[in-house]
Amino acid sequence: MLKEENKIFKNLYNNLGWEIDKAIERDDWKDTKEIISKGKEWIINEVKTSELRGRGGAGFSTGMKWSFAPKKIGSRPHYLVINADESEPGTCKDRDILRFEPQKLIEGCLIAGYATGAHICYIYIRGEYSFEGQRLQDAIDQAYKKNFLGENACGSGWDFDVHIHYGAGAYICGEETALLESIEGNKGQPRLKPPFPALVGLYGCPTIVNNVETIAVVPTILRRGGKWFASLGRPKNTGTKIFCISGNVNSPCNVEEEMGIPLKELINTYAGGVVGGWDNLQAVIPGGSSMPLLPKKICETIKMDFDSLIENKSGLGTAGIVVINKDQDIVSCMARIARFYKHESCGQCTPCREGSGWMWRILNRATKGETTLSDIDLLEDVTKQIEGHTICAFGEGSAWPVQGLLRHFRKEVDKKCSNDPLIKKKKDVPYLIDQHLLEKKNA
Amino acid sequence: MPKIIVNGKEIEFQSGMTVLQACELAGAEIPRFCYHERLSIAGNCRMCLVEMDKSRKPIASCAMPATEGMNIKTNTEMVEKARKGVMEFLLANHPLDCPVCDQGGECDLQDQSLYYGVDKSRFSENKRYVSEKYMGPLIKTQMTRCIHCTRCVRFATEVAGVPEIGAIGRGENMEITTYLEKSMESELSGNVIDLCPVGALTSKPYAFSARPWELKKTESIDVLDAVGSNIRVDTYGWEVKRILPRLNEDINEEWISDKTRYSCDGLLKQRIDTPYVKKNNKLVKSSWDEALNVIIKKLNETESSQIAGHIGDLVSLETTLAFKKFFELLGSNNLDFREKKFYINSEDKMNYLFNSSINGIEKSDLILLVGCNPRHEATILNARIRKAFKNNKTPIFSVGNPGDQTYEYKIIGDNSQTIKDIIEEKHEFNRVFDIAKKPLIIIGESALELNSGGFIFEELKNFLYQKKLISEKWNALNILIQNASTVGALDLKIINKDKNNFEFFNNIKNNKFKILYLLNSDNLKFEKNNEFIIYQGSHGDRGAEIADVILPSATYTEENGFYQNLEGRVQECRKASYPAGEALESWKVLNKLTNVYKNKNLFNSFNKLRDEVLEKIVNFESLNKLPKYKEPSKKVNNNFENESVYINPIDYYFSNSISRASKVMSECRDIKLKYQKSGTNN
Amino acid sequence: MSLKKVNPEQPKTFEFNEKTENIAQEILKKYPEKNKKSAVMPFLYLAQKQNNNWIPLAAIKYISKYLSMPYISVYEVATFYSMFNLSPVGKYFIQVCTTTPCMIRGADKIVKVCKEKISDKKDLISKNGECSWTEVECLGACVNAPMMQINNDYYEDLDEKSTAKIIDSIFRDKLLKPGSYRGRKNTSPENVKTINGREHA
Repeated sequence: MLKEENKIFKNLYNNLGWEIDKAIERDDWKDTKEIISKGKEWIINEVKTSELRGRGGAGFSTGMKWSFAPKKIGSRPHYLVINADESEPGTCKDRDILRFEPQKLIEGCLIAGYATGAHICYIYIRGEYSFEGQRLQDAIDQAYKKNFLGENACGSGWDFDVHIHYGAGAYICGEETALLESIEGNKGQPRLKPPFPALVGLYGCPTIVNNVETIAVVPTILRRGGKWFASLGRPKNTGTKIFCISGNVNSPCNVEEEMGIPLKELINTYAGGVVGGWDNLQAVIPGGSSMPLLPKKICETIKMDFDSLIENKSGLGTAGIVVINKDQDIVSCMARIARFYKHESCGQCTPCREGSGWMWRILNRATKGETTLSDIDLLEDVTKQIEGHTICAFGEGSAWPVQGLLRHFRKEVDKKCSNDPLIKKKKDVPYLIDQHLLEKKNA
Repeated sequence: MPKIIVNGKEIEFQSGMTVLQACELAGAEIPRFCYHERLSIAGNCRMCLVEMDKSRKPIASCAMPATEGMNIKTNTEMVEKARKGVMEFLLANHPLDCPVCDQGGECDLQDQSLYYGVDKSRFSENKRYVSEKYMGPLIKTQMTRCIHCTRCVRFATEVAGVPEIGAIGRGENMEITTYLEKSMESELSGNVIDLCPVGALTSKPYAFSARPWELKKTESIDVLDAVGSNIRVDTYGWEVKRILPRLNEDINEEWISDKTRYSCDGLLKQRIDTPYVKKNNKLVKSSWDEALNVIIKKLNETESSQIAGHIGDLVSLETTLAFKKFFELLGSNNLDFREKKFYINSEDKMNYLFNSSINGIEKSDLILLVGCNPRHEATILNARIRKAFKNNKTPIFSVGNPGDQTYEYKIIGDNSQTIKDIIEEKHEFNRVFDIAKKPLIIIGESALELNSGGFIFEELKNFLYQKKLISEKWNALNILIQNASTVGALDLKIINKDKNNFEFFNNIKNNKFKILYLLNSDNLKFEKNNEFIIYQGSHGDRGAEIADVILPSATYTEENGFYQNLEGRVQECRKASYPAGEALESWKVLNKLTNVYKNKNLFNSFNKLRDEVLEKIVNFESLNKLPKYKEPSKKVNNNFENESVYINPIDYYFSNSISRASKVMSECRDIKLKYQKSGTNN
Repeated sequence: MSLKKVNPEQPKTFEFNEKTENIAQEILKKYPEKNKKSAVMPFLYLAQKQNNNWIPLAAIKYISKYLSMPYISVYEVATFYSMFNLSPVGKYFIQVCTTTPCMIRGADKIVKVCKEKISDKKDLISKNGECSWTEVECLGACVNAPMMQINNDYYEDLDEKSTAKIIDSIFRDKLLKPGSYRGRKNTSPENVKTINGREHA
C-alpha cells in the first residue's frame, strides 16, 4: 500500500482546496526556478532515471520522448501539447487532476516546455469537460498573476504561455496526431507516421504530446528525485498511478496507488469489493475499454503494471478498471464497447471504418441470440483483419476488447448462437457436400 | 544511389521515393486505391500494405519513405492476409451492382478484387445506404459505391484549386459531398471521374450509354483550345461516346478540361450533313454539284482582290495549307485566321509561342500575367501554374484583373502605363522581377488587342532580350494563344508580313470583299452587307446562319490532321469516326472544289499535302517536340497609348461551334451564370 | 445522428454579436496569425452558444469567411465532432452516457426516465420546448456512473429517482445543482471509511 508521504496527488478528492495558494502549501511551484536552472539535460536525465512511462495508454518512456525533440530550436518554434482529451471508457483520472490539482499540471507544463524547447503549450481538453476547462483556466490565470507563467516564467528566464483548446466530442482526438489535426482546425483524423510529431507536429513544427497525468507527476519527480520515483513499483514499471475503479464494485472511486499493486487488493481495499462478493466477479477490464478483459482467474493474482498485464495479453492502458460481475451479460457489455468504437471511428482508413461497425453488428446479433457459430469465427477473423492494418492504434483499440472476449469467454459467446444450422459435423459421413462445406478452408 | 531489397532482389532507387515506388521499380506490383502519383498521400485505403523487416505490423507502402537497406516483402502470407482483409472490408458495404454500374470493365475495385480478393462475401449485415449527391451536370454519383479513398477531395483541393468536395460526418457514416450538394465550380471537375477508382463518381452525360470493351479507342489530341491536350476518343460506330485524357507529361499530364471532355455530345448535334444553297433567301438542301457550281459561278464573276477567306479556330494545318493553295489559285491573298484584331508579328516563330513551354512553368520562379485569363483561355496550362504555385510557391503577378484563377496572385496595375513603367524599369515590380532567375511573362490576346498591343509585345520582348531572358536556355517570352489553328496558320504564313497587320479587318469593315469564304469559321464578328458567303464546316452555327452556300465537312474527330499547340508542338489528331452524311473531310472539299473549278487536283493525295505542311513548319524539330530555338530579330514600336488593360471575358463553355452545339456545355453554362447572378459562388 | 442533419428551417443571416465578437478576438490571439484556422472549433462553439445551442448554415458561412476557409472545410468539422448540433436542441440539453461503465450501473434506467419524462425518442424536443435528451458515448466520469450531462454540467451517481427529480426541476426551470446525487465527495470512495489509516470523506 502506498504510504501517504509518497502520494503525488494529495488533493485528488478536493479535501484540501484547488486554489493556487492551497497548492503552494502542498509544495507545488516549490523550487521550480532552481529545477529549471539545472538545465534541459538534467531534467530529461532525471525523468529518464525515474523510468516514468506515459500515462495516456501507450506507456512510452517520457524521458525518451522528450529527448526526441530537436536539441536546438531552428527556424520553426517547438510546441508542447497536453492531451486532456480523456475519453477512454472507464477512465476519469485526468478530470480530477484538471479540477483539483491543476497547478501540478501547469508547473509540469512549464518544466516540460523548457526541457523540450517549447514556449507555447496547448492543453487539449475534451469539450464535455467544460467545468474542468473553466477550472483549469482559472488556475492558469492564477499562475499568470503570480508570474509563474508568461514572460520569464517563474523567474526561470524562459517565456512560457499556456492555452486551452477544447475538443468537441471525438474520442479519436485522444490519438496524438488526430489531436494535432484538431488543434489545426481540421477533422480529427490521425496522420501517417513517419514523420513523428517530435519532428513534424503542430503546424509542421516539432511537438511533444504528453498526457495530463504524465506531465503532472513531473514536478514532484524532479523535486524528490528520479530515484525516489523509480524506487516505487518495480523496474520499468515505476512510480505511482491513479487508478479509476468503476463498474460493479461497492464503492467506485479514483485512487492513487503504487504501480504493481495487485488488482484484487485494489478492488477490495478501495472500491469496497465486488458487488455480490469476490466470487461474483466475472471479468475486469484493466486499462480502459481498449484493453482486453481479464477473467476472474487472472484477476486473482494479477499485478497492475505495464509489463505484467502485457504478459497476460492485456495492458495497463489508462488504468481505468471496469469491474464486471456475474450479474452482467458479458456479451452485451462488450457489444456496447464495440458500439462505442463504431461510433468513434474517424472513418479515414478502411479496416477501422468498415470493421468496427461489422464487429458491433455481429456482437449485437449475438446478444439477441441471432448468430451462428460461424459468425463468431468470422468475428474473430474480422478483429484480426483490423488489428495492425490501420493508420493509428484505434484499430487495435477496437479489435482487442473483442479478441479478449473471444479468448476468455468463447463459451459464453457460443452459448448465444442459437441460429446454428441444422447440419452438424458428422465424422462418419465426410462425403456429404454440406459436411465438406463445414471445413473452414472451403468456406 | 541507395539500395533496397524487394522480395530478395536488391535494387537501386532514387532517394525520396516511397516504398511503393521502389517496389514498382523492382517489378513487384502493389495494389492501391487511394494512392495517386499526382495527389498528396492519404494512406487511407490500406490496400498497399507490405511486409517490412523489423516491423511487427505490415506497413502502408504508399506512405513509407524508402530508406537504404530496407527489406520489403510483397508476396508473403502476412501481405496476402492483409490484402484479403482490406479487400473484404472494402467490399463489405460496396453494393454488388457491377452489372448496372458504368465503371464496370474499368473499375479498380473490380480488377483488384479479382486478383487480391476472395470470391465470396461473408458480410451478411444490411449494406450501408448513402444518398445520391448532386454534383452538377457532369458528375453522376452513386455514393453507396464510394470506398472513401478521398482522391476526389484531394484533386479538388490540390490540383483544381477549388476546395469544394469534402468528406462529412465520421466513421462508417462518412460521406463524400460538395458543400450542400452544389455543383463543382471548376473547369477540371470531370477528372474526378477518372480518378474515382470505383463507380461512385461516373460521367453523367455518358451514363449507361456503352461498355468500355465495345468502344473503339483512338488516340488523338484536343483542338478546342490551343493547349493540345492528349486525348483518347471512344467511338461506337459513328458516334463519339466519350473523350478521355491520355497521359502526356509535357502538356496535360493526365488531366483534361471539362470542355475537352464533355463537348463531345456537340459532335452529334446540329451537324451539317449535306450541302445547302440559299434560294429565295432561304437555305435549302442541295447537292455537291449544285453547290459547287453556284460557288464557281460566283468566283468567276468576282475580281480576285474582292475574294477573302477566313480560317476558323478548329482548322488543321493540312486544311489551312490546302485553303491557302486554293486562294493562290484564285489569285487572292486576303486571308486571316484571327477572330479579333490582336497584334501579331509573324517574323520570328517565338513571337507567337508559349516559349517557356508548359513544363517550364514548374521551373519558373516568377510569373507575370499580362492581360490574360489563363483559367479560361488555357485551362490545362493554368493547372500547371497552380501546380507551380502550390508546390514551389511561385509568386504570381498580373497586369489587369483576370478574376479567380484558383491561386493567389497580386495585381500590380491595370493599365498599359504599368507595362511601360516595367519596360522602363520604373515600377516597383522591377525589384522583384530582377531577383528572379527564371521569370515568365505571359502575354494574352487581350493585351495584344489594345491600341498599344504592338508596343506591349515588341518592347516587352526587347526588354526581356536585353535582360538576357530570351535565349536557348530560358525564354521568358510567352504568348497565350487561344485557338488550336492559330500557331499553325502563322507558320503557314496566312498573314502576309509585308501587309498592314489589320488589313483584312479594315477591308471587311469597309465592305471591300464580295465573296467571303468561311473555313469552319464561326467566331468572326462582322456586319454582313452584301457579301456572298461560302461556309465550309461541320455545324449549323453562326457561320452557317449567314451563309449563301454551305459545304459540309468533318469535325476534328472525323479526319486526320496536324495541329500545332501554343508551345509549337506539332501533334497528330486522328480520325476516330467518319464525316456525317454527305460531308467530306475538309481538304477533300477543297480538292473537289478545285476539281470542278479548274479541272485539276489541289493535291493528289493527303500524304503529299502532309509532306508539304511539315516542310513549311518553321524551326521544325520533329513531331510532338518543341521547335528549335532561333535568335530573334528586333523591331521597335513606339506606338504607345495609355489605356486600361481589360481582359476580354470568354464564354468558356460556348467558345466554339462544337461546344455551342453541346447540351452538356449549355447546362454547365447555365449553372455558372446562375451562380454568378445569385452570388452563391464560393 | 439526427443532430448532424441540417435543419430544414434556417435563419437567413448570422453574425457574431458584440460580446461573441470580443471573445472571438481573444481566441484568435491564442494561435499563430497564419494558423487562424485553428479557431474554427472555438468559433463553432461560439456560434452554437449564441444561437440557442445549434449551428445554422449561415454561421458556417460566416465562420468560413471569418477564417478564410472553404465552406466545405468548416462543414466537415461541424459534422465530424459530435458536440456540434446542426439542428435545434432543447434549452436544457441532456446527454446520457450509456457506454459500458455506465451501462452496467444502470444507464438504461436513466434513459427510461428520459423517455418517459421528456420524449420517447432521442433528439426529440419535449412538448414544452424546454428540453431534449440524447444518448452519448463515454463522458469520462465512469467512477460516478451512471451520469448525465445537462448543458455544461455533470450530474453523477444517479438512479431513477434522482434523475426524475432533476428532470422535474428542469420543467420548473429551476435546475438542481450538478454533482454527485449520492452525496459523496467527487471521486472518493464511499463506504470505505479509512484509507492508509486516515479518515476519508
